Amino acid sequence: MSSTATETHGHGPGDGHAHDAHGHGHHEQNFFLKYFWSTDHKIIGFQYLFTGMFMALIGGFAVYAFRMQIAFPGMSVPGYGRVTATDYNALVTTHGSVMIFWVAMPVLIAALGNYLIPLMIGADDMVFPRLNRLSYQLFLLSVIILICSFFVDGGAFGGAWTSYPPLSAKPEYNLTPLGAPLWLTAVAIEFAAFLLGGINFVTTLMNSRAPGMKMFDVPIVVWMIIIASILFMASVGPLVAGAVMLLFDQTVGTGFFDPKKGGDPVLWQHLFWFFGHPEVYVVLLPAMGIVAEIITTFSRKKLFAYKTVIYTAVGTGALSFFVWAHHQFIAGIDPRMANIFSVTTLLISIPVAEMMFVYIATLFGGSIRLTTPMLWALAFIGEFLLGGVTGIFLGASGADIYFHDTYFVLAHFHYTFFPIAFIGAFAATTYWFPKMFGRFMNETWGKVHFWGTIIPFNFIFIPLFLLGARGDHRRIYDYTHFPDLMKPGMQDLRILATLSLVVLLAFQIVFLVNYFYSAFRGAKAGANPWQANTLEWQAPSPPPHGNFPDGLPNVYRGPYEFSHPDRQEDYWPQNSAS
Amino acid sequence: MISKYVDSASSFSGDIDHLIFLITAIVGFWFLLAEGVFFYLVIRYTAQDGVRAQYISGEDPKEKRWVAIPHYLTLGFDVWIIFSAIGVWQEVKQTMPQSDETVRIIAQQWAWTFVHPGADGKLDTADDIRLVDELHVEKGKIVQFELQSRDVLHSFSVPVFRLKQDVIPGRTIRGWFKATQAGGYDIQCTEICGIGHAIMPARIIIETPEDHAAWVLSQTPATASITTPTTQTGGMP
Repeated sequence: MSSTATETHGHGPGDGHAHDAHGHGHHEQNFFLKYFWSTDHKIIGFQYLFTGMFMALIGGFAVYAFRMQIAFPGMSVPGYGRVTATDYNALVTTHGSVMIFWVAMPVLIAALGNYLIPLMIGADDMVFPRLNRLSYQLFLLSVIILICSFFVDGGAFGGAWTSYPPLSAKPEYNLTPLGAPLWLTAVAIEFAAFLLGGINFVTTLMNSRAPGMKMFDVPIVVWMIIIASILFMASVGPLVAGAVMLLFDQTVGTGFFDPKKGGDPVLWQHLFWFFGHPEVYVVLLPAMGIVAEIITTFSRKKLFAYKTVIYTAVGTGALSFFVWAHHQFIAGIDPRMANIFSVTTLLISIPVAEMMFVYIATLFGGSIRLTTPMLWALAFIGEFLLGGVTGIFLGASGADIYFHDTYFVLAHFHYTFFPIAFIGAFAATTYWFPKMFGRFMNETWGKVHFWGTIIPFNFIFIPLFLLGARGDHRRIYDYTHFPDLMKPGMQDLRILATLSLVVLLAFQIVFLVNYFYSAFRGAKAGANPWQANTLEWQAPSPPPHGNFPDGLPNVYRGPYEFSHPDRQEDYWPQNSAS
Repeated sequence: MISKYVDSASSFSGDIDHLIFLITAIVGFWFLLAEGVFFYLVIRYTAQDGVRAQYISGEDPKEKRWVAIPHYLTLGFDVWIIFSAIGVWQEVKQTMPQSDETVRIIAQQWAWTFVHPGADGKLDTADDIRLVDELHVEKGKIVQFELQSRDVLHSFSVPVFRLKQDVIPGRTIRGWFKATQAGGYDIQCTEICGIGHAIMPARIIIETPEDHAAWVLSQTPATASITTPTTQTGGMP
C-alpha cells in the first residue's frame, strides 16, 4: 500500500490521497482493530514502546530484588521475600536479558524506528505495513513465552543473559529443565521479529523518502536507526543458528557444545558475541541519533560536520564485526588471538570518540535552552564519556586479565547501556512527546525526574567501579564467603549502590505519572512546539493515519539549518519552499 | 593504585597494575578535558536574549580540525596503550617459563580440587596431595597449573595475582604464576556455574620455602586422598 507513497508525492494540499490509499476509514475501526491489529506505523511504534516500558518494570523489579540481597544478605526483601541462590541467578538473568532484548531493542529500534522513520522522511507509512504488524505480534509472542518461563517447574532460567553452555545446555547443570529452553525460544523468536522490522526500515528509507530528500538530507536519527538495523541483520544470523543448536542440545540431546560428544562450548561464545558486540552498537547508534536531533534543536545550531557523523557511524558499525572476542580474552581461546582483538577494540574507540567530539563541537556558538529533553541529551554525552573511556581498560588485553568478570566490567557496561537505553529513551520520549500526544509533559516534574535519575545513577555505578577494582566478581549472591571481599568499607559501597538504586527506581514513578497524566491533561502543543526543522514537526500533533493530511511534503534542504544568516527566523523547515 | 586495596603477590601483578595506572592516567586526562570543554560550552553558550546562534557547518577544514586533531591524538594514545597492553598480555599468557612445580586444578559444581605434586615433585604419583578448596604454593617458585573442569565452565581467579583463566570441560588449559609474597588469599570462580556459583570460594596459601616443606611433609603419608579424577581429558592445542 505504501508503494503509493512515491505516486502521492507532490500532490497538492487537500488531496487526501494518502488517506484513501489505505482503503479503510477511521470510523470503521473498533478499538481492538485500531490499537491491537493496526498496520499504522505509529500505533505499532506505541505497541513496542508500551511493551518495552512494561518490560522495564520487570527488569527494574528484578534488579531491586537481587541488589537488596547483595547489600543485606539473607534479608526478606519487601515485595519479594527471601532471595535464594536459585532466585538470585534467575533474577540476574532476567534483569540482563529483559533490559537488553526486551527494553533497549524494542524501545530504541522498534518503537522509535517505527514512529519516526515514515514521519521524518515524509512518507505516509512503512513500505510493508503488514510485515510490520507481524513483527510486533512475534515480539509479543516472545514476551509471553518469556513471562511464562518465570512460572514453570524449576523456575526461570538462571544461566546469565549470555547463556554459556554447558551450564545452559543441560538441566542437570542449570536445574531449569523448562526455563532454559523457553528463555532461548523467546530470544530466538524476538530476533525473528526484529529481522522483519529491520527489513521494513531499510526498504522504507530506500523507497519512500519525500521528493527532494537526498541521502544527506536524511536526519541523523533515521540514518542511525537504518545503520543499526543493517548491523543487526548482518550479525544476528550466527546467533539464531547458535540458538537453534543450543535448543537441540537442551531438548533432543545433540552435542554441538558438549565436549563429551565432540562439541565445543567455546563455539557458542563466538556465535553469541559475534552478534553480541555489534548489538551494543545496534542500540548505541539510535541513541546517538536522538542526541543529535535534540542538541541541534535546543542549541539552535547546525550539526557540526554532518557527513562525518554518518561516516563515523558506518565506520563504527563495520569495525564492530571485528571486536567480539574481547569478551573472550581469558575464555580459553588461543592467546595470540587476543592481540588482534585488542587492536581492533581500541581502534573502535576512535570513531565513537569522534562522534562525541562532534556533538560537543556542535554546542560551540549555540544558543542553548536547557529544556528537559536537552538535559537528557546533554546527560547522555556527559555520562557516556565515562562509559566509553572505561572500555579502554577492558579492551586492553593485559588489563582485562584482572578486570574480566568483575564489577568493573559491569559498571563500564552500565555506564554505556544506561545512557543508551534509559537516558536516550527519556530524551526521545520527552522530545517527541508533543508530537505523539499533541501535549507537553510537565517541565518541572520532568526536571525532578531528570535529577532524581541522574544523581542516583552515578551513586550506583561509581561504587561498583571501585568494588570491581577491589576484586568483586560478578553474579555472586552473597560475598560473606570471601574474606578478601569483606574488608572494611566494601559492604558499605554495596549498600550505597543498592540504596541509590532504590532512590532511582522510586523517581521513575514521577516519570510514569507525568507521562500518563500529560498524555491526557498536559498543556496543548502545536505542530512544531520546539521550532525544529525535520518533517515530523510539519505534520499535525498527533499525526493522523497517513501522517500528512495536507499532502506529502517536498524537501528543499538538510535537516539542521538552524540560525541561517539569510533568514530572520532561527529555523528553516526542510519542506519550506522559501 | 590497585595494590592499595588488593595485595600484589605475583611476579606479574605489578606489571598489570602499572598498565592499569597508565590507562587511568591517559583516559583520565582525556575524560576530564572532554568533560571540562563540554561543561564550559554548555555554560558559556546558554541562551541569552538577543544573541543568535552561529551558523557553522563544520565541513570547512579550518573548523574540522577541532575534531580532527583530537581524533589523531586519540589514535596516538590508543597505539601507546595497545603496545603496553600486548606487552603485559604476552608476559602473562603467551610465555611459559621453565616451571619448578606443576599443580593440577580441577573445577566442578561447586568446589575446587587442587592436586599438589607432593614430595617427589611429580603429578600422578602415590604421594600427590589432593586438597579441596585449598591450594598451597611456595613463594618464589614458578608454578605451572593445569586447569580442568568436570562439568561446566568455571574461571580460576586469584585477585592478588591479577590472574584469571576460564576452565573448560574437555580441555586442559595451562598457565603459570610466581608468588612473591607469603599469605593466605581468596581464590574465586568468576564464571557463573550454576546455583552454587557464590559458594565456590577457595584459599591460596603462599608459604615460605621452610613452611612449604613442612606442609608437604605433614601431608605426605597419603592422608589426603579424597577422590580420584574420573575424567582424564585431552590436551589443549
